[in-house]
Amino acid sequence: MIKTEELYLNVGPQHPSTHGVLRVIVKLDGERIVEAKPDIGYLHRNFEKICESRTYTQVIPFTDRLDYPSSMVNNLAYSMTVEKLAGITVPKRAEYIRVIVAELNRIASHLLSFGASGMDAGAFTIFLYCFREREFIVDLFEMLCGARLTYNYLRFGGVSQDLPEGFIEKTKEFCNYFKPKIDEYEDFLLNNYIYSQRAKNVGILKKENALSYGASGPVLRACGVKYDLRKDEPYSVYNEFDFDIPVGKNGDCWDRAKVRLEEMRQSVRIIEQALETIPDGEYLNSQVPRLLKPPVGDVYHHIESPRGELGFYIVSDGSSRPYRIKARSPAFSNLSIIPLISPGLLIADLIIIIGSLDPCFGEIDR
Amino acid sequence: MGEERIVEIKTEELLKIAEEFKNKGYTYFSFMTAVDEKEKFSLCYRLSSLENKNSITIKVKIPRDNPVIDSLTSLWAGANWQEREVYDLFGIIFEGHPDLRRILLPEYWEGHPLRKDYQDERITKRPDFY
Amino acid sequence: MLLSLIFIIIQALIVFAIVGAAVAVTLYSEIKVASHVQSKLGYMRTGWHGSLQGIADMIKLLLKEEILPGKIDKLIFLIAPYVAFLPVFLSFIAIPLGPGLIVKDLNIGILYFLAISSVGAIGIIMAGWSSYNKYSLIGGLRSTAQVISYEIPHLLSILPVIMLTGSLSTVSIVNAQEKVWYIFLQPLGFLIYFISTLAECNRTPFDLPEAESELVSGYHTEYSGMRFGLFFMAEYTHVIAGCAMATILFLGGWRGVFLPPFFWFLLKTSFLVFIVLLLRWTLPRFRMDQHMYLNWYILLPLSLFNLIITGLGILLF
Repeated sequence: MIKTEELYLNVGPQHPSTHGVLRVIVKLDGERIVEAKPDIGYLHRNFEKICESRTYTQVIPFTDRLDYPSSMVNNLAYSMTVEKLAGITVPKRAEYIRVIVAELNRIASHLLSFGASGMDAGAFTIFLYCFREREFIVDLFEMLCGARLTYNYLRFGGVSQDLPEGFIEKTKEFCNYFKPKIDEYEDFLLNNYIYSQRAKNVGILKKENALSYGASGPVLRACGVKYDLRKDEPYSVYNEFDFDIPVGKNGDCWDRAKVRLEEMRQSVRIIEQALETIPDGEYLNSQVPRLLKPPVGDVYHHIESPRGELGFYIVSDGSSRPYRIKARSPAFSNLSIIPLISPGLLIADLIIIIGSLDPCFGEIDR
Repeated sequence: MGEERIVEIKTEELLKIAEEFKNKGYTYFSFMTAVDEKEKFSLCYRLSSLENKNSITIKVKIPRDNPVIDSLTSLWAGANWQEREVYDLFGIIFEGHPDLRRILLPEYWEGHPLRKDYQDERITKRPDFY
Repeated sequence: MLLSLIFIIIQALIVFAIVGAAVAVTLYSEIKVASHVQSKLGYMRTGWHGSLQGIADMIKLLLKEEILPGKIDKLIFLIAPYVAFLPVFLSFIAIPLGPGLIVKDLNIGILYFLAISSVGAIGIIMAGWSSYNKYSLIGGLRSTAQVISYEIPHLLSILPVIMLTGSLSTVSIVNAQEKVWYIFLQPLGFLIYFISTLAECNRTPFDLPEAESELVSGYHTEYSGMRFGLFFMAEYTHVIAGCAMATILFLGGWRGVFLPPFFWFLLKTSFLVFIVLLLRWTLPRFRMDQHMYLNWYILLPLSLFNLIITGLGILLF
């Protein structure tokens, strides 16, 4: 026998397809992975420490920078937690606006993830198609709050501005335009023979492991667990809408992409229903004090972000600044399964797996 | 919406009680974190049972001068990274953890930033604007 | 003696000019095909619809500083791009662009073409080895595996054509297709030839040696400036040579009605190149094991089957 040695390969932090600044230290036997160790923290800003020296309202822009492809959802999670802590009520119209923007942002985030998972497999075109549609949503958000990535749109007790004129019509137009595109993407990527060969039976995550690792969102649902906070613990006004929770069967990369695609369909359904039934009224609870001083106590609230269970745990000491904020980041837990599922696969599969977990480093490294 | 419970327990009981909850169906390890309460560290673990849609928060207080507690890695694999994060930012030692290294900060970092007594000249105290 | 030397140099320059022009056009059309597939505009600023962009890129590559990383195997690193480019360029000697438009009608033209165009892979392996970079090394190794494997169906798909013609000369193969193009006699052979040519040129869906999303840039990760440009040119030249050969072997070479022969040749080759470009922007990439499976379990048996059927056909009719 010839004596061979394993090869250590640093995938990242500068690598075209690690979706940010992930570094995976891979031990390779030929091209087969013996061991994969993710190394994170290259984007660490210690969000939690910064928040301790800011007032509650000043934290909202920081939450934008956590999961930047879906800032609206982060805003929503944080605002809802503070509202729960301080007992602030939100007007009905504001709740509807929040649901609409959160779902629009979910579509935008899934489009990014879906396109990038195609690009990881070498299909470049789908990425640009997805970006073309994402552009539409980003334009809608620009119309709404003037920003295109970090929106800072939500406030405690509502939203910062009412829907601008023509927003509802534009969004309806988007929904009609977008629905046939989803079928197109399904044919283009998911039903593509090469892609399904690449992604099926790759990175299979078992149900027990998913639960024990605290995986959530599409990663968990792809394993066949029907767990979605929008249905299981309906927050905001989600219980007024009719939508399904898509689940996968095998928990492989293909299922994760499929679940994301189906979720886009469901999000469009929610948006359409919300646009039909949106009530008139106030968009911001005007009773909320400028300088919020919530009562002493701690509170945890979680919502379904595009990546999974996004929660905030806030401890208040009664002052105007939070005593401690902990962000429960879904991508952090999702990413921790890499050492479990990658040994035995090829290096090309690792790239597909990273793409299918949809990590967002603003949120993982915080 | 399921029920939410908060259980406060003693340090020594953590592993035993956690195992009991796991056997009761709380198989989903949501997250864990710590709070620096000046004299003590308060740790909080959140577990969920997806079948019954119940959640439970376990709270443990550990002394500041000897921040050592049992690791839950043997029960939930997800505790691995979460405990490493708490170790990194609070300096709490988890006994029985297979790979207790810093996760977010670089290896050479001194101190544990989320402790309230952490000093760094780059932290600025902001005035209230309103 | 001197006169013939000058004649050879002039010939070489003409071929180089033609290849250079063809590569520039292919580069431009690659971007334009990509843009139209991806519903964007592509080059629009340099010249009419960005038509001068190829020249601008070339000038940029020529003027760029070349960075030599430390710890490289310097000699091999420096000559690797030439080893990759020259053989592919030389393969044009045996390609007739029209009746009489050939540098040298070798009586073993096909053999020469096959032999010399696969030498280019050595350049890729050299680049991968000498770069002192793990991504490059893996890219080089992948390339080795790919070339060794795909050479076999590549060759076996050409054999039936040679059997039908009874000659290895490219000109006589074209002449033999006076009545019917070989694509109608050898549809399977054409398909296998086309797929294995894609693999030999490292084009999507077989671009594993460079696999951007996995290996950063594969074997040319560490290259910059004109040496990188040479690898780039080698790839496109290979695509053009492969498609030109496909035209000669299966599409009747320069044969056609109304238009002058050279245009027919150009038209057919461009069509094939267009398909190659279109595939690149449509398909994802294979994985290494699937790639090898496709070769050894599907293409090889199919090409052997095709060979046997052709042999029987020749025997019976």
